[in-house]
Amino acid sequence: MLDYTTKETYERSALRVNPAKTCQPVGAMYAALGVHECMPHSHGSQGCCAFHRMFLTRHFKDPAMASTSSFTEGASVFGGGTNLKTAAKNIFDIYNPKIIAVHTTCLSETIGDDLNSFIQDIDVPEGKYMVHCNTPSYYGSHITGFSNMVAGFIRYLSKSSGKKNGKVAILPGFVNPGDMREMKRIAKEMGVSYSMLPDTSGVMDSPMTGKFELYPKGGTTVEEIIALGDSSQTIAFGKFASEVPAEALSKKCNVPYKLLPLPIGIGRTDEYIMALQSYTKVAVPYSIEEERGQLVDILIDIHPYTYNKKVAIFGDPDTVLSIAEFVLEMGMIPKYLVTGTPGDAFEKTAEELFVKFGVEGCKAKAFGDLFELHQWIKEESVDLLIGGTHGKYIARAEDIPFVRAGFPIIDRYIHSYMPLVGYKGGMRLAELIANALMDRQDRDAAEEDFEMVM
Amino acid sequence: MSVMNKVLDQYNSRVYKNRKEHMVDVNSNDKNEIAANVRTIPGIITQRGCCYAGCKGVVVGPIKDAFIITHGPIGCAYYSWGTRRHKAKKGEGEDNYLQYCFSTDLQEPDIVFGGEKKLKQAINEAMDLFHPKTIMICSTCPVGLIGDDIHAVAKWAEKEYGIKCIAFSCEGYKGVSQSAGHHIANNQLIKYVIGEGDRKITNKFAINVLGEYNIGGDGWETERLLKRCGYEVVSTFTGGAKMDDIANAHQANLSVVQCHRSINYIAELIETKYGIPWMKVNFVGVEATIESLRNMAKFFNDPELTARAEAVIADELDNIEQDMAYYKSKLKGKTAAIYVGGSRAHHYQFLLNDLGVHTVLAGYEFGHREEYEGREVIPFVKPDADSKNIESITVEPDKEKFHVYLSEEDLNKLKEEKLIDYYSGMVKDMKDGTYMVDDLNHFETEEFLKLLKPDIFFSGIKDKYVAQKGGTLSRQLHSYDYSGPYSCFRGAVNFARDIAMGIYTPAWSYVKAPWKTAPILEGTIGGVQ
Repeated sequence: MLDYTTKETYERSALRVNPAKTCQPVGAMYAALGVHECMPHSHGSQGCCAFHRMFLTRHFKDPAMASTSSFTEGASVFGGGTNLKTAAKNIFDIYNPKIIAVHTTCLSETIGDDLNSFIQDIDVPEGKYMVHCNTPSYYGSHITGFSNMVAGFIRYLSKSSGKKNGKVAILPGFVNPGDMREMKRIAKEMGVSYSMLPDTSGVMDSPMTGKFELYPKGGTTVEEIIALGDSSQTIAFGKFASEVPAEALSKKCNVPYKLLPLPIGIGRTDEYIMALQSYTKVAVPYSIEEERGQLVDILIDIHPYTYNKKVAIFGDPDTVLSIAEFVLEMGMIPKYLVTGTPGDAFEKTAEELFVKFGVEGCKAKAFGDLFELHQWIKEESVDLLIGGTHGKYIARAEDIPFVRAGFPIIDRYIHSYMPLVGYKGGMRLAELIANALMDRQDRDAAEEDFEMVM
Repeated sequence: MSVMNKVLDQYNSRVYKNRKEHMVDVNSNDKNEIAANVRTIPGIITQRGCCYAGCKGVVVGPIKDAFIITHGPIGCAYYSWGTRRHKAKKGEGEDNYLQYCFSTDLQEPDIVFGGEKKLKQAINEAMDLFHPKTIMICSTCPVGLIGDDIHAVAKWAEKEYGIKCIAFSCEGYKGVSQSAGHHIANNQLIKYVIGEGDRKITNKFAINVLGEYNIGGDGWETERLLKRCGYEVVSTFTGGAKMDDIANAHQANLSVVQCHRSINYIAELIETKYGIPWMKVNFVGVEATIESLRNMAKFFNDPELTARAEAVIADELDNIEQDMAYYKSKLKGKTAAIYVGGSRAHHYQFLLNDLGVHTVLAGYEFGHREEYEGREVIPFVKPDADSKNIESITVEPDKEKFHVYLSEEDLNKLKEEKLIDYYSGMVKDMKDGTYMVDDLNHFETEEFLKLLKPDIFFSGIKDKYVAQKGGTLSRQLHSYDYSGPYSCFRGAVNFARDIAMGIYTPAWSYVKAPWKTAPILEGTIGGVQ
C-alpha cells in the first residue's frame, strides 16, 4: 500500500501527489444545489460537469443535477457566448428552473469569456433569474469555488429595501446537509429567525418518496436570497468558505457580519450560541445547556481513551481547524494538520490553537497534499487519522485507526445526514473517535487482556 | 402516439429535430439509422464526459506501471484518481502506481506564463521520488489553449532520463465525448509502444484481449477462463496491464475485442502493421461467452484446443447451472433499460437474456453509428468538424514483425462468415418495438422510465439515484456498484445475485408510509362504526 512513499523529506515545487483538494467549480456546483429550484450550470467542457456531478453524487448518494455548455474545439476558439445562450434557452425550456447559476471552468476562464456581458445579452424569461461567478480551477480550491458562488448569488440578487426584517443571515460554509440542519435547529432553539444560504438540506439528503423531483423541497429560495439584504446581521461560518460572501453582503447591503469558525466542538459551538444570544438578548434555553452538558460529560467519561493521543487531520481548511480544536478539547494532540487549499490563515490559526492549548511538536500546512502528510506520519506516527475517503490508503499502509469526517467521503454511507457541528455533532464525532480508538485497543489486546468492560 | 414521440413532443422545435435523429423505434424491416457521435446540445443535461476522461480515465489510466502526470489544474487528476475500479495487482519486480494521483496542479501564473517549465520540474521530481520507467503526460483544457508543447517535453524527458515518455493531447474540449480520448490514446500506443517488446512467446494460441479494462476484476476472470482453454494472453488492453504486455501485443496471433468503441483503432492498426486479425467477442453473458470461445477455437482450428474449450465450457456451465436457474426463477419476465458506454449496452443484453430479462431500451453514451448499426455503416458515416479534428493515423506493414497464422484463403472464409474484422452492432440483437436512444439525457431518462416502466435501469452514478428516487432499481454498469466481476460464467452469477438482491430488497416495500393510505378520521355515524 502506497509503497513508493518514503519518510525522507524532499522539497517538491511542481509535482502534486495525492491532493487534498479539488477544483473550484465542484464547490460552486454544490453551493448552487443549495438554492431552491436552481439549475447549476457549468460553463466549459462536458467533462467538468460530468466529473463534478459524479463526485457530488458519490459523496451524497443523491442526484446532483447540473447542466453544461458542452464546449467543443470550435467554442474554445471562438468563445462560449453562443453555447451559453443556447444553453440558457434550453434549460429554461426543458428543465424550467427559477434560476440558473453559472460557474466558469479553467477552459472558459483561459479563453477569457466575459460572463457579465454574456448574461446581459441573454433573454431571461420574466420572473426567472440567471447569475454567475468566476471559478477558475487554477486558483484556490473547491472551497474557493463554493465561496465564490455564494457571493455570486448575493451580488446578483440580495437587495436592501431600507427596512430590516429581523432575520439573521446564516452562511453555513462547505458542510453537509446534516450540519446545515443542525445549525438551523440550534438557531430555532435559540429563538432566532434566520435565512441560510446555501441550504442543501432537503436537496442532497432528500427522502425516498417514489417520485423523482428535479427540484426537491429544500434549498434557499430566490426571495430569501433577495431578502438577505434586509438581514440584521450575518453569521458566517468558516473564514475560507464564508468570509467572501459575508463581505459581499456587508458591502452591498450594509449587513454587519460575525465571522465564526465552523461550530465543531464545545468552544466553537459556544461561540455560535453566544453570537445568537448577543442577537436575541435572552437567556440560553435549558435544552441547549443540557446538550452542552451532555457533551462535556461524554468527554470526561471517555478521556482515558483519548487523552494525549496523537491525531493527523486533513481536508478542507475550516473543517480541519475546527476538528483540531475539538480534539484539543478532548485532550488529544493534533500532530499534523493538512489542507490542500492555499491560504496563510490556515497555518496561522493552527499555530494559535497549538499555543492556546499548550501543545508542542505539531505541524500545519496549507496547499499541502496527502503524500507529504504520509511522509510526516512515516517520520513520526500518530494514533488516529481523521479526514475524507482518500486517507484510507494511508490508514491501511500505516495501520492507523481512521475516522471519516469532512469532504469527500465516497466509500461510506449516511455520513452526510449526520452532523459534526453543534453539541450533538460533537457527541457524534466523539463517539466516532472513541470507537475507533477502542476498537483498535480491542483488536490489539492479547487474549488475557481483552476486556468485557471498558 | 408512440412512447418515443411522447418524449420528443415535449421539446422545442430545434431540440426536437436534433434529438429525433438519436432515437430509433426498432423495426427489423427498417434501416434503423441513428445519429451518434455528434455534439450534445448545450444546456442539455447529458451524462457524457470529455476527451481527457476517455484517454486518461479509460484507456491509459489502467496501465499499472505508467506514471501518469495530468498536466493542468488539480480537478481532472483528482476526479480520475481511483474512481473507475480498473484493478491491477503488483507482481514481483513490477511497478503499480494506481494508488497514486499525479498532477502539475497548475496555478494562475502558470496559465499566464506557460506551464512547460513546471511540467519539466514535475518530471524531475517524479524521477527523484518514484524512478518510473514510463511517464505519460495527459493534458487538460487550459494546456491546449496556452500552447504548452507537451510532446517536446516528452522528448526532452526521454533524452534526459532514458525512460519512455509519451504525451497525450487529450484536452477535454476535443471531440464530442470520451470517444475522442479513446482515439488519441490508441494513436499514441500504436505509435510509441506496441511492437517494441521482445518477450519470448511459444504458445501458438497467443492472443491479445483488447478493450477489457478489468473493472471489478472482469479481465482477471476472462483471463482465467482463456488460460483454462489453453490460450496465452499476451496483453490485455489495458486492464491490469503493464507496459511490457502492451509492447508485446504484436506477437499474438489473434486479437479479441471486448469493447469495440474504445479500442477498434488499435485492433485495425495491429492487423495492418503486424498481420494479426481481430475478432469481436463478448464475455458478458453465458451464451455470449460460449459463442465467443467457440468462435475463437474456430479461428485457431486446432482439434485439441477445440476439445479443451468444449470441456471448459461444460465444466464452467456445470458449476453455475444451479445458481443461474435459481436467479432466473427470481428474475424471469422482468424488463430492463440500459444506458452505458460504447459496448456494454449491447453486451449486457445477452446476460439479461440468459436470465429471462427483456431489454426495452438501450443506448450508448459515446458510441458511434457502427456500435448501433454494425460496421457495414462505416462507409456511410460522414466525418464532421469535430471528428476531423482528431488525428487519424495510418500504418504500413512492418516487414520484420508481420506474421500470419491462417492462410489468406482461410482468413477470407472467416471474414465472409463475419467472424473476423467485423462487429454487428446492437440493433440486430434488439427486438422489434424496443428503443435505441443515443446520448440519452436526463429529461429523456425520466420520461422513458415513466412510460416504459422497466424493473431495472442500468446506467451510471449520475442518473442512478434519479431512477431510484422514482422507484426504479438502478445498477451502475460503469462501476458495477462496487461489485463484480460480471464477466464469463462465474461473473454471470455475481451479476444475477446483485440484480435479485436489488429487486427483492425489503426497503422498497416501505416507500409509502401506512398513513398515506389509511383514513385519518375514524368515528361513528349515527352510532354505526
